[in-house]
Amino acid sequence: MSLQFDFSKNTMKLDVPSDLGMVGDAVELVANNLPPGTLSPRRISFNLRTALAEALGNAIRYGTGEDPDRSVRVLVELLNDAVRIYIVDDGHGFDTDRLPDPTRPENIEREFGRGLFVIRHLVDDVAFNAKGNGICLTLRAGA
Amino acid sequence: MRFTLKKDKSGVVIVGVEGQLIVGNRQELKQKVLDALEEGSRKFVIDFSKTGYIDSSGLGVLVSLSKKIREQGGELRLAGLNADLQTLFELTKLDTLFAITRTAEEALAAF
Repeated sequence: MSLQFDFSKNTMKLDVPSDLGMVGDAVELVANNLPPGTLSPRRISFNLRTALAEALGNAIRYGTGEDPDRSVRVLVELLNDAVRIYIVDDGHGFDTDRLPDPTRPENIEREFGRGLFVIRHLVDDVAFNAKGNGICLTLRAGA
Repeated sequence: MRFTLKKDKSGVVIVGVEGQLIVGNRQELKQKVLDALEEGSRKFVIDFSKTGYIDSSGLGVLVSLSKKIREQGGELRLAGLNADLQTLFELTKLDTLFAITRTAEEALAAF
């Protein structure tokens, strides 16, 4: 299993095997190939890396069930004023409105359930496709 | 990414996290700490001074380890969070669950 990476002028395309061990390498590949000045170094090193790791981890674990024969697609668009990242799996999707608030006292000691909450705080915009198996993260320059 | 474990002269286990603590490596950290717990260690400091980022799976494993260590009468302290990581702990309210100090030395002194 290996990462399939394609980088053209304003887009990166990445196929990530459904293996949680590949998440770190995939995140580094995207972060290290962002042209200088796209986002601030601090936003790349923390916000982008954390949000992308979250989204990829969710897609691999819940979308493709860590099935080694499946993969998760990542498309990165480099816009004039933002970086937009699409992460799509071939799973059945999920209802994002049904997630409990992880900061409620009864949920604080739960091991899971913080992923989407964290993503929403790290990027400027989060959108989902209708099926719920694709997420789009937008990080704006200068934010 | 790399995890290092060392024990100070009073028996506190100091765990260093270099790089990131995420879904892909959290089990490795968990197993190392559980092994030390199994061998009798009860006081732990996880030092994040060389950590770039932590995802929610990494946060979750810290919550899980904290519970397991407390169940054995021990304590887990966190140290060395940069400003972004500190904010992450605050927005998830995990700063209310963990004893967090600026440096590993401060964490050791507090035991």
